[in-house]
Amino acid sequence: MSEPEAPQDTPAEATSPQPRLMSKAHRGRNIALALGLVAFAILVFLVTVVRLGANVLDRPL
Amino acid sequence: MATMTSAIPATTDTPARWQDYLQLLKPRVMSLVVFTGATGLVCAKAPIHPLLGAVAVLCIAVGAGASGALNMWYDADIDGQMRRTRGRPVPAGRIQGVEALTMGVILSLLSVMFMGVAVNWLAAGLLAFTIFFYAVVYTMWLKRWTAQNIVIGGLAGALPPVIGWAAAAGEVPLNAWLLCAIIFMWTPAHFWALALYTSEDYEKAGVPMMPVVAGPASTRRQIFIYSLLFAPLCLVPAFTGLGGRVYLAVAATGGLIFVILAWRVWRSRAGDSADPRRDSGLYDVRAGAKDARNLFAFSILYLTLIFATLLAEAVLGLPTFLNLLPGGA
Repeated sequence: MSEPEAPQDTPAEATSPQPRLMSKAHRGRNIALALGLVAFAILVFLVTVVRLGANVLDRPL
Repeated sequence: MATMTSAIPATTDTPARWQDYLQLLKPRVMSLVVFTGATGLVCAKAPIHPLLGAVAVLCIAVGAGASGALNMWYDADIDGQMRRTRGRPVPAGRIQGVEALTMGVILSLLSVMFMGVAVNWLAAGLLAFTIFFYAVVYTMWLKRWTAQNIVIGGLAGALPPVIGWAAAAGEVPLNAWLLCAIIFMWTPAHFWALALYTSEDYEKAGVPMMPVVAGPASTRRQIFIYSLLFAPLCLVPAFTGLGGRVYLAVAATGGLIFVILAWRVWRSRAGDSADPRRDSGLYDVRAGAKDARNLFAFSILYLTLIFATLLAEAVLGLPTFLNLLPGGA
């Protein structure tokens, strides 16, 4: 085991700001998308309540 | 199809942020559309649940944003050649064209379907037509083909109050189309005033804007003619049961200023010579183009004021001008 280990490319990437920037941008986009989807789901629920609420109560038993 | 030239760089090393996707939706255009759409919705004076009213305005906003994304996808080649638009996400290489296309299609479908299911299908149909008109008729056809591009294409920007009215009332009476006509007639003077001092950009990109095709003198004359048609049209809502006293005063005063500014543009030399400050700020203009800049800025203020007045009068329940006349209802 006297042979020196092959240099790995991770140190260079780790010091580069680009992967961190990419990761940060991806994280921001994912959070924005998640918030958008949650807001949309809540909106659909509320619209359903408004559109159907009175009719559900008014239906003949 | 747009010809994708070297004006569009390959994707840059800068990763796209969520703000870039928001920029695809043209938030400044969205805000104007939201404002005029909400005015139409309120002026209809029809009972609508506040949540459904808010959903209608949201759908109009998202539909407008979708049109913007489709526009940015298709126009990326010419956007990259104009200083006003070269920083947009697609020509700058931060977002790929196919992403803008996908986002535009998905948001178009989503806004129209949600409007139909949650509000009504008349409003949804009008919204679908507006998106189609802007993205296909204006962007893909008129814009690169005729100097009348923004005149005819202005219909897309003029329809939101009609959509808002349809969302609230389920019908579109003449007063709704009157609001549409006001924005439609406002568009030529507004955009040609801007084009007078950015015509070099349009010429370079091969977009046949009026100053490029017919020349600045003809454009200045047409701006004045359109202003003579536009200003009296703004008074009409006061006599159709839509606007009140305040509206009439604002529309008359502003209309007079509008015509004076348009007359000054007609008499000026705006657009006559090349702008030596190629990379100066967009809104920095030479002395010769100052009159065009003034009209452009005032046109935004005036349209905002008359719609804000209509909105305020409707919200406050102020009587319309017709009701104040002797024998008025």
